[in-house]
Amino acid sequence: MPAKPIDPKKRPMPKQEPFERIRNFDEVALGYTLDLAHEEASRCLACKKPRCVEGCPVGIDIPAFIQCMLEADFSGGIKKIKEKNALAAVCGRVCPQEEQCEKVCVLGNKHEPIAIGRLERFLADWEAASGAIEKPDIGPPNGRRVAIVGSGPAGITVASDLALLGYDVTIFEALHEAGGVLTYGIPEFRLPKAVVRREVEYVKSLGVKLHLDFIVGKTRTVDAFQKEYDAIFIGAGAGLPWFMEIPGENLNGVFSANEYLTRCNLMKGFLFPAYNTPLKRASHVAVFGGGNVAMDAARTALRLGADEVHIVYRRSRSELPARLEEVENAEEEGVIFDYLTLPTKLIGNERGWLTEIECLRMELGEPDESGRRRPVPVKGSEFLMKVDAAVCAIGNSPNPLIAMTTPGLSVGKKGNVVADEETGQTSRERVWAGGDVVTGAATVISAMGAARKAARSIHETLSK
Amino acid sequence: MYRIVERRMIVPNLHEFTVEAPQVTMAVRPGNFVILRADETGERVPLSVADWDPEAGTVTSVFLQVGGSTAKLARLKAGDSIPTYAGPLGKEAEISNFGTVLCIGGCYGIGSIYPVARALHEAGNTVYTLLEGRSRYLLYWQEKFRPISTRVIELTRDGSAGYKGHISRLPEILTLEKIKPDRIIVNGCTFLMMRTSGVTRELGVKTIVNMNPIMIDGTGMCGVCRLTVAGKTKFACVDGPDFDGHEVDWEEFLKRRETYNVEEVQPLRRSGCASHY
Ligand SMILES: Cc1cc2nc3c(=O)[nH]c(=O)nc-3n(C[C@H](O)[C@H](O)[C@H](O)COP(=O)(O)OP(=O)(O)OC[C@H]3O[C@@H](n4cnc5c(N)ncnc54)[C@H](O)[C@@H]3O)c2cc1C
Ligand SMILES: Cc1cc2nc3c(=O)[nH]c(=O)nc-3n(C[C@H](O)[C@H](O)[C@H](O)COP(=O)(O)OP(=O)(O)OC[C@H]3O[C@@H](n4cnc5c(N)ncnc54)[C@H](O)[C@@H]3O)c2cc1C
Ligand code: SF4
Ligand code: FES
Repeated sequence: MPAKPIDPKKRPMPKQEPFERIRNFDEVALGYTLDLAHEEASRCLACKKPRCVEGCPVGIDIPAFIQCMLEADFSGGIKKIKEKNALAAVCGRVCPQEEQCEKVCVLGNKHEPIAIGRLERFLADWEAASGAIEKPDIGPPNGRRVAIVGSGPAGITVASDLALLGYDVTIFEALHEAGGVLTYGIPEFRLPKAVVRREVEYVKSLGVKLHLDFIVGKTRTVDAFQKEYDAIFIGAGAGLPWFMEIPGENLNGVFSANEYLTRCNLMKGFLFPAYNTPLKRASHVAVFGGGNVAMDAARTALRLGADEVHIVYRRSRSELPARLEEVENAEEEGVIFDYLTLPTKLIGNERGWLTEIECLRMELGEPDESGRRRPVPVKGSEFLMKVDAAVCAIGNSPNPLIAMTTPGLSVGKKGNVVADEETGQTSRERVWAGGDVVTGAATVISAMGAARKAARSIHETLSK
Repeated sequence: MYRIVERRMIVPNLHEFTVEAPQVTMAVRPGNFVILRADETGERVPLSVADWDPEAGTVTSVFLQVGGSTAKLARLKAGDSIPTYAGPLGKEAEISNFGTVLCIGGCYGIGSIYPVARALHEAGNTVYTLLEGRSRYLLYWQEKFRPISTRVIELTRDGSAGYKGHISRLPEILTLEKIKPDRIIVNGCTFLMMRTSGVTRELGVKTIVNMNPIMIDGTGMCGVCRLTVAGKTKFACVDGPDFDGHEVDWEEFLKRRETYNVEEVQPLRRSGCASHY
């Protein structure tokens, strides 16, 4: 049989048109149709030694699920994914596939790699639409109680893994909605909250209890939990926003990305005044940073009606840490990228409102410890940028609340909880941790991966 | 959902508000606050804890009806429920034996300073309480303060009760009352706290204020509550809300508080709500 010719290109993702989507908060990427999914799946070479699987942080059997798709066995396909990843609908949408599975896909040597993420999303959405969400068998109750701090991807993953093994699991979440960054940070137009809610409902359907409005360290300490629970998992994320520490940062009109996005996503500020949390409508917005958070803030600003939105980033395009797809989306939507630009001062009017930003041009010098070329200021290149809002999206570190109230818990320089990479064990007995609270701001899938390992270690320890 | 045990207007526009929240009563300390939402579309509103009953598992706050969210709260009645009630939040007030402490409360701050005064009394301090308001009919809870205070002093702008005038009279009042405070604590509206800090700076008495910036999460996640204290940026929800009044950048604070004035008026007009503004 002659080898079938390889189609060099991925099927493009159907999307809302840019001019249309910047006026709504609906999801931008509409998802593959059945035909597109089938065509894309048929590009896969079903490698004997699939490199993509090695590239996947949780080791999903990618060629196997793609094979199921080709046979139109969608329920078999989603089952394959769920063996390794309980949050397929989320990961299919937000994972940086170009850095992981798709980066190493053999097709990528000569052509575009398989659109693995889009296929994953297709299967997850197919399952949701079919209404028949399959629940794995739940082990008999073993009488052991586990407390989980935080309902982000890390907490949700540990909860579902342990619930399936028969543990009595309770999640404690500080906010009034579960989901962590998936709920308060990543915008509706990239990750619909209905998708997140579905995942949370699924975990609850496994018997996991969820306590909202419960701030561990305040409402109850980890120490108090230790008397009531056999194990504690800390998945509290990295929620403390960094500011640039330049003059003028407390002017009105200057936001942390967390504030900006929380007002919009969690508090539904885009539906103000039907929802009561207000959100400033600015006409000229500057967003500092170049990661996913910065892209999300910039695209949110556009949708809130800004005339001009700038991403102000001190390195160049190739160093942007954001997912490539989101950078392209932002470009299509008209976000202006000011590369090699460093804000140095925020200037306000007499009423304390931001009016201008002083910036400096940069050029790339020698590589720094991260291997990227270090931006160095160009002398005398100061210039002013007129804005009425600025959003700081330069990073987050873990919130110190838990560390402060948990004596004996080892904490690193940036406030991250120290945990064993393989087991998630912390310096405190029967206390595990994983996700952004350990690594600092990272990705959904790395948080899930760490959570998996911690769940396994909790199970091993408690079954001794 | 959290059940309302009681909501009643104690003086014009000020409401005593008691909610069933046993998880909060187990951990609450003087100076803490809670964050609540009046309904599913509501914003997150911070309110100081003014009292609690560990046996009944209830928490009491006193709130001033100022805008849309507090107007919603003012319409609740016993038996109703609210979807969010999270806490306790914030650092607890510093309680130890300072010697003589003057607790100044105005507006909702009369309520919120009560547990602080009580704890200071229990810690062995000589506690004086000063209640401040526009007029006699805006002062409340005198009967709660009497047993824990050496004296309860009143200061009204119209002179209808106690001393007549503004908090700027504080030095004179202290002389007349023969009080030499080792520490002054003020709760209430921003102006009361700012003005008090102004006059006590000259007296050289350490003055603690209970800051009330705009907040969202109340856990240190958004940074909207930031203020400058002794030249450094602090998050009121986790580093405070109590700070040294002599170190607060009041000018910046007042400007930040006004961020959403324009937007906050919009829902009021829409709902035709008559609350004063
Ligand atoms: C705007 C934005 C966009 C992003 N985009 C992407 C993307 O496209 N792709 C990607 O892979 N990653 C992305 N990320 C990163 C990703 O979302 C995180 O790495 C991931 O959510 C971390 O999961 P987690 O469970 O460790 O923590 P989180 O998701 O942060 O969840 C932690 C939870 O714990 C709760 N909590 C904190 N403290 C306490 C306490 N004391 N008591 C009780 N509960 C507490 C928090 O409220 C929160 O709900 C993005 C992040 C942001 C902010
Ligand atoms: C830690 C903390 C503790 C607090 N404790 C209490 C409390 O115990 N009781 C209480 O009544 N309030 C308290 N507040 C203030 C309270 O949260 C606000 O009054 C409330 O959020 C206003 O909501 P609103 O929608 O009704 O008014 P908005 O519509 O948000 O505001 C209406 C107008 O009132 C102004 N305003 C807002 N808050 C205040 C205020 N506190 N004093 C004077 N003017 C204000 C606004 O700037 C605006 O002009 C506290 C705030 C913080 C941060
Ligand atoms: S590496 Fe690419 S072509 Fe090979 S199995 Fe994985 S997805 Fe298919
Ligand atoms: S209220 Fe969000 S950080 Fe303080």
